Amino acid sequence: MLHPIIQVSNLSKRYSLGNRSANYTRFSEMIIDSVLSPLRHLSRLSTTTKEPDFWALHQLTFDINEGEVVAIIGRNGAGKSTLLKILSRITYPSHGSIELWGRVGSILEVGVGFHGELSGRENIYLNGAVLGMKRREITRKFDEIVQFAGVEQFLDTPIKRYSSGMYVRLAFAVAAFLEPEILIVDEVLAVGDMEFQKRCLGKMGDVAKEGRTVLFVSHNMAAARQLCQRAIVLSHGQLVADTSVDEAITLYLSSCKSKEESIRQWGAPPQSAKIWPRSLQVLNESEESRTNFSADQSMTLELALEILETTTSQITITIVNSQHVCIFSTEPTAQPEIYERNSKYRMRVKLPGSLLAPDLYRIALRIHNGLRNIYFREDYALSFVIEDTIGSVSKLLGLTQGIISIDLPWEIYRDDSLSLNSPNFIQDSYCEADDTN
Amino acid sequence: MTSSAKYHLHLSSEIDAKFAVNLPELWEYRELVFFLAWREISSRYRQAALGAAWAIIQPLATMVVFSIIFGRLAKIPSDGVPYPLFSYAALLPWQYFQTSTQTAANSLVTNTTLITKVYFPRLVIPLAAIMPGLLDLTISFLIFVFLMLHFKVQPSPRYVWLPLFTGLGLCAALGVGLWSSALCVKYRDIKHVIPFVMQLLLFASPVTYSSHLIPSNWRLIYALNPMVEVIDGFRWSCLGIGNPFGLESLVSILTTALLLVSGTYIFRRMERSFADII
Repeated sequence: MLHPIIQVSNLSKRYSLGNRSANYTRFSEMIIDSVLSPLRHLSRLSTTTKEPDFWALHQLTFDINEGEVVAIIGRNGAGKSTLLKILSRITYPSHGSIELWGRVGSILEVGVGFHGELSGRENIYLNGAVLGMKRREITRKFDEIVQFAGVEQFLDTPIKRYSSGMYVRLAFAVAAFLEPEILIVDEVLAVGDMEFQKRCLGKMGDVAKEGRTVLFVSHNMAAARQLCQRAIVLSHGQLVADTSVDEAITLYLSSCKSKEESIRQWGAPPQSAKIWPRSLQVLNESEESRTNFSADQSMTLELALEILETTTSQITITIVNSQHVCIFSTEPTAQPEIYERNSKYRMRVKLPGSLLAPDLYRIALRIHNGLRNIYFREDYALSFVIEDTIGSVSKLLGLTQGIISIDLPWEIYRDDSLSLNSPNFIQDSYCEADDTN
Repeated sequence: MTSSAKYHLHLSSEIDAKFAVNLPELWEYRELVFFLAWREISSRYRQAALGAAWAIIQPLATMVVFSIIFGRLAKIPSDGVPYPLFSYAALLPWQYFQTSTQTAANSLVTNTTLITKVYFPRLVIPLAAIMPGLLDLTISFLIFVFLMLHFKVQPSPRYVWLPLFTGLGLCAALGVGLWSSALCVKYRDIKHVIPFVMQLLLFASPVTYSSHLIPSNWRLIYALNPMVEVIDGFRWSCLGIGNPFGLESLVSILTTALLLVSGTYIFRRMERSFADII
């Protein structure tokens, strides 16, 4: 019973760059012109004339079946949000069409319509109505919403007095109890603390299990992997892939080859972090920032940090391959180190060549206190590719190479006097038998 | 999920040529109109020392000033009723019209986040903008009843006509509001134009004087201002002076209807691009 619930065909969205009011820059010009030729003017109001254009989406075609949970993946500016906005009927396509066979509820931002002067209780009703819920429906779910948000004591407090965490929790809670046939969610998991993010993910999982169709945009690959089976990859407004979520993530990470992707920068300090990782990059032997390396080359990981508050912290860098196997972790110091407030650090570690097997790798960065408190965590901080430059025989034969490819020093002697009864020989044949099992 | 089988929506680049208002859908969203209006009302006077008293102070103070300047100093005739009552009866719909058109004109721009982040029929926003004024109007009307008692003027059974004239005023405010809010998305000039126009329109409406003062051969043109009929109607219902049923009334009502229809057309026409250009 796989019915398409969303059918997108040939969908394009064009924005004109620069001045959007095509012919008029001043209101007076418009008035004069509209007095002279009112009909001509009216027809112009809604049609865009020739201007430099920007295609936010270009000829997308895909179907989504009832009950599917689909991630939409792509870099910033790939067109993900535009797609969601069109599906949510906030903006309209420039070309192409969409058939929707179910009611759409979308959460493109949490807390839309919230008013700071109003109490938590009032805002729940207001926000619910904005999202298209009926008053009766909100009353029915009211207790659940309040409990989910954890704001029981502050229901009658104006929300301008709420902490930012409480605000976000309340906002998500209202949206989470929306019950449309198609749910569209944009990046909302990027809010709140770890614990609340986990709860949100759980709630989204529940929605999916109830058989509803979910479209989900996130930069959080772990969340996408956990929630979705299928993923659509967008790049520069075009559909690059429509495949399983694992394949899509691999593809997405490997598409990060352009120069600006070879360095990861964090523009703003992460929430409640004492250490602000400014940038992370991988350098080749000529000290150039790169994403692709040949297997025999050595590489240098370089991490720049700014210490916001004096802290005792440990920094852990983990290298993970495309099969999600953690290859190794490395830390700059054996024990958590005291970092002084307002200091800046540049940390480098050299990875020898001929260590990692050709594959796509990602770097996970964690800053923690050496015990259980994680201050910062980024599982997909940066990715890089080890290219198969040697073309090893085993790959040609279709054998896996293993997860590392160390250049081990072999010793080879010609020894014609080798006796078959030698204990060495027996041991070798034993190993061979084990391999074939 | 049986309902999903019935529900179907087609989105495309083609523009619906009719621009008809989807009334069933608008009805579905009536609660949102209510909640947005209520948000405006309940947040307006929060953290204000005088609170809702502001709704009374404004028309009352204006009435006092008008009574002194136009009633006492300029000695403008008030058709045999005390000038304070004469001007206050006109200020009731006028102040509603003035504040509502201004709120409506800015309504889309002030609700940018709603428009760029959620779907709902956009008509909800200007509709919600003209609602809070009705509460102020009711409060001002109660004050009017007290004023009547104070000046010992008999209340009249013609009060039952008030909702009708209020409705006409509401349509006029909505008509102007639809035009101005839609245009304001693209041309922020509107924000400055509206208060200015309102100031001029105050003197082109029979607020401080009686519409009888207008020469009879100019009356039909004068009646192109939809507020002429609304104000005359209020004066007639509250004080029993003038006559709001004539050829001029028809002109006013037709202007209002034209404003409303053309406003809806323009609004629907521009609606699709609101999120893109706001």
